[in-house]
Amino acid sequence: MALKHFDEMSFQEALAQPGLLIVDFWADWCGPCKLLGPVIEQLAMSYTGRAVVGKVNVDDEPELAQRYGIMSIPSVLFFKDGQEIDRKIGVMPPQEFIKVIDANI
Amino acid sequence: MNYDLIVLGSGPAGLAAAVAARGRGKSALVIGNRWEDSPLAKAERLDNYLGLPGRTGYELLEAFHRHAEDAGVCFAVGRAISLMAWNGFTVTVGTDMYQGRALVMAPGVVRQTKYPGEQEFLGRGVSYCATCDGMLYRGRDVVVAGRTPDAPEEAKFLQSIGCRVTYTAPKRPAELDGSIPFVQAGRLEIRGEQAVTSVSLDGTELPCACVFVLRASLAPTDLLPGLETEGGYIKVDRAMRTNVEGVFACGDCTGAPLQVAKAVGEGHVAGLSACEYLDRQNA
Repeated sequence: MALKHFDEMSFQEALAQPGLLIVDFWADWCGPCKLLGPVIEQLAMSYTGRAVVGKVNVDDEPELAQRYGIMSIPSVLFFKDGQEIDRKIGVMPPQEFIKVIDANI
Repeated sequence: MNYDLIVLGSGPAGLAAAVAARGRGKSALVIGNRWEDSPLAKAERLDNYLGLPGRTGYELLEAFHRHAEDAGVCFAVGRAISLMAWNGFTVTVGTDMYQGRALVMAPGVVRQTKYPGEQEFLGRGVSYCATCDGMLYRGRDVVVAGRTPDAPEEAKFLQSIGCRVTYTAPKRPAELDGSIPFVQAGRLEIRGEQAVTSVSLDGTELPCACVFVLRASLAPTDLLPGLETEGGYIKVDRAMRTNVEGVFACGDCTGAPLQVAKAVGEGHVAGLSACEYLDRQNA
């Protein structure tokens, strides 16, 4: 499944769905976010049909970023059935995200 | 940009590793701060580097750099801020990204003892990178704890994007822009609840939303969690291999004696080991 680019509305729609939602908060000017990009894309592919994976650009959606207390990017938030269950801040290899996903899928 | 070998650290160890790799026909990128700013460059006299007694640290470093440049080593000046060990190694330096197939860590020894609250609030009001996180704090109070020569420049950047900056250091740097308030302090304590709310500077509390702790380099274990250390140094075997495949370490970061002669020797070994690793990958 292709990586979803969320805006406020599509994010709310995704949050309303049951199951796992993974959201990467990023920005153009953030070097480490570029490092994480391919990892998030890989996760989207690997978990097609089992989890929804998307990104939120904090410059395009500043209110959304603020509402979720994004103070450092990249920040990857994990939601299950609409509730935040975990968040990972900073760059890390795929295994760290896979651990959270597999434990909650 | 892709390289065979990425070297983190532009001191004697890193340069020796890069030169050794070039000798084996591998491409090498050395990422590091300006060598003129390194502590070694300020050493007045070295008498224990074989064949070159009585030189200043500056002279030795200059010669090492010239050798590396002549050998075709590539350079990126700056601090490696994040590292992804996946499908090789990718490193960010500011907004630039570099890819390598093997990694040599030669960051030297940098005083890395974290301030109270630093680890706790990392990512929640503590940041190591002004260009990475500054935009999230536009219009808010931030403190720059400058512990590296390029910190004043990063403070200026933060100010230019609209952060209200206060700079703190044990001594006021000459390069600090006059318009940035300065607080002289040696002791720093970061405070907050869910996120940082203030910083205590030698006992005086200053409200702020973010503290940018800018040291010369990130601790190797911050860049690469899972890297094994022993007694505060990176653990290596005789081939300068760390516990992470494809990652080698050399120089002061592997421990005593903290001497140029040792750094160069270990750098050479690390470079050769990295080449051997790369050749095995290709086989």
